[in-house]
Amino acid sequence: MTLGRTLWCIILIKLFIMFAVLKAFFFPSYLKGDAGEKSEAVSTELTARKVSE
Amino acid sequence: MEAIDTSLVDWSRAQFALTAMYHWLFVPLTLGLGVVMAIMETLYVRTGREFWKQTAKFWMKLFGINFAMGVATGIILEFEFGTNWSNYSWFVGDIFGAPLAIEGILAFFMESTFIAVMYFGWNKVSKRAHLASTWLTIVGATISAWWILVANAWMQHPVGMEFNPDTVRNEMVDFVAVAFNGGAVVKFCHTVASSWVLGCVFVVGVSCWYLLRGRHKEFAHASIRVAAWFGLVAALLTAYTGHHSGRIIAEQQPMKLAAAEGLYEGGHGQGLVLAGVLRPGVDWAAPTQEDKMLLNIEMPYALSLLATHEAEGYVPGIRNILEGGYTLPDGSKALSAEEKMLRGRMAIEALAAYRDAEDEEDKAAALKALRENFDYFGYGYLKEPADLVPSVPLTFYSFRIMVMLGGYFIVLFAGLLVLRHRVEKWRLVQWGVVLTIPLAWLASQAGWVVAEVGRQPWAIQGLLPNVAAISRLETGSVQTTFFIFLVLFTLLLVAELGIMGKAIATGPETDKSAA
Repeated sequence: MTLGRTLWCIILIKLFIMFAVLKAFFFPSYLKGDAGEKSEAVSTELTARKVSE
Repeated sequence: MEAIDTSLVDWSRAQFALTAMYHWLFVPLTLGLGVVMAIMETLYVRTGREFWKQTAKFWMKLFGINFAMGVATGIILEFEFGTNWSNYSWFVGDIFGAPLAIEGILAFFMESTFIAVMYFGWNKVSKRAHLASTWLTIVGATISAWWILVANAWMQHPVGMEFNPDTVRNEMVDFVAVAFNGGAVVKFCHTVASSWVLGCVFVVGVSCWYLLRGRHKEFAHASIRVAAWFGLVAALLTAYTGHHSGRIIAEQQPMKLAAAEGLYEGGHGQGLVLAGVLRPGVDWAAPTQEDKMLLNIEMPYALSLLATHEAEGYVPGIRNILEGGYTLPDGSKALSAEEKMLRGRMAIEALAAYRDAEDEEDKAAALKALRENFDYFGYGYLKEPADLVPSVPLTFYSFRIMVMLGGYFIVLFAGLLVLRHRVEKWRLVQWGVVLTIPLAWLASQAGWVVAEVGRQPWAIQGLLPNVAAISRLETGSVQTTFFIFLVLFTLLLVAELGIMGKAIATGPETDKSAA
């Protein structure tokens, strides 16, 4: 295989693994809904993670 | 809601660090080698000698292999902000996203466009048009680095924004402050200059390998001459910008400076540690009976001079920063960690109260409390003052490795320029230069360890620690993907080394052109 083909092959394989396989199996959509719902979710998280006195 | 597991924080950090460190194996070589090959091609256009064309083409080939391998790890980093750091991405996405978007639209597209002309345009466009494409490719890559470093510098010193409690987002109000604050400019210059050094070490190392093998001698001598000159200038620039970087860190991140210097008890007229050994296992957040350093050889007053430009200037140590009470450069008194944590909790409570408020009066009161305490927002997530102290040994030793190697590179390039063709007779020197190649990466990685470990626990200095910035994922998922990335990146690295080794073994075609 020529150098160019080898490099293209490696690029496509790694992109497929990283974006297709990993996204499908390991990273759920953490923030869902419209902007209002997302800001509500982040606000709840930021408030809940505060250290209590 | 369940508390965030500390192991999730650690694994999220580990995964990001792994990706960033692998990415940084490729990037500095792209930036450094890119300029060297552009200089070679400039020499070809100026002299018309086919030798320089073949020399440029050889380094271009290695540049291409490295570029193809490295490009995807950077994209993974950007995606990790969304997957693993979603609170962070929402909280500061309006600011942090802007430089990344500009990087993608302007710099990356510019780089991608001209790289095509650079590789496929030989004999299809004029010599000067081709040379312009080569330079524009590396200018594009450097602009790309600029925007990424702007984003990183902003995390170390957040400026030019206002917090909007309705959207829970920080919104940019001053683009110039974000893009051109002192930290960003110095970080860019220091990082790019050090990448040039790495590229030059690679070029002189590979060239010395040819001399050891008795092959491509003219090519090797010519490459060493160009890379040693450029490398010497770059190494001196790196030292100069490193000095300015230290000054900015002293101003904006005093804890990082204290950790890098192993400075527990600060004061006036502080010396800079030239060589030191830390006492193993010591608690850097608490007073101890014994000295925290086993060995400490200092340059008197140098740290004060570096940090304040005054020999008797005050430099706070870890204890001073935790306890507060010293006078800041603006004349105000530094708050203690406990006070900052209290104000941080007040800011978070005010945000919750603002979002729960049903009438305008309550909303206005909550907003006032939030604004008054927002500068300390992130401190509300810390359990104890000790959380503010980064890993001192890692920061301290990484800093020393970076500085010592930086000094060694200056000597190396100067030595090669003095030796000139005589280097061919000194096999020991040739071996030394070949074995220096990995040290350039070690210095580069050590620099980033100082920058990133030294600023812990913050994702955004003072505003958001890692524990609040990460996504609430399953720890097992992050662990699994960490190991998948580890295997995948290692395979990529092995593939890169193999392909590059093969290309180096084949060598340039300069001998044919000379014949």
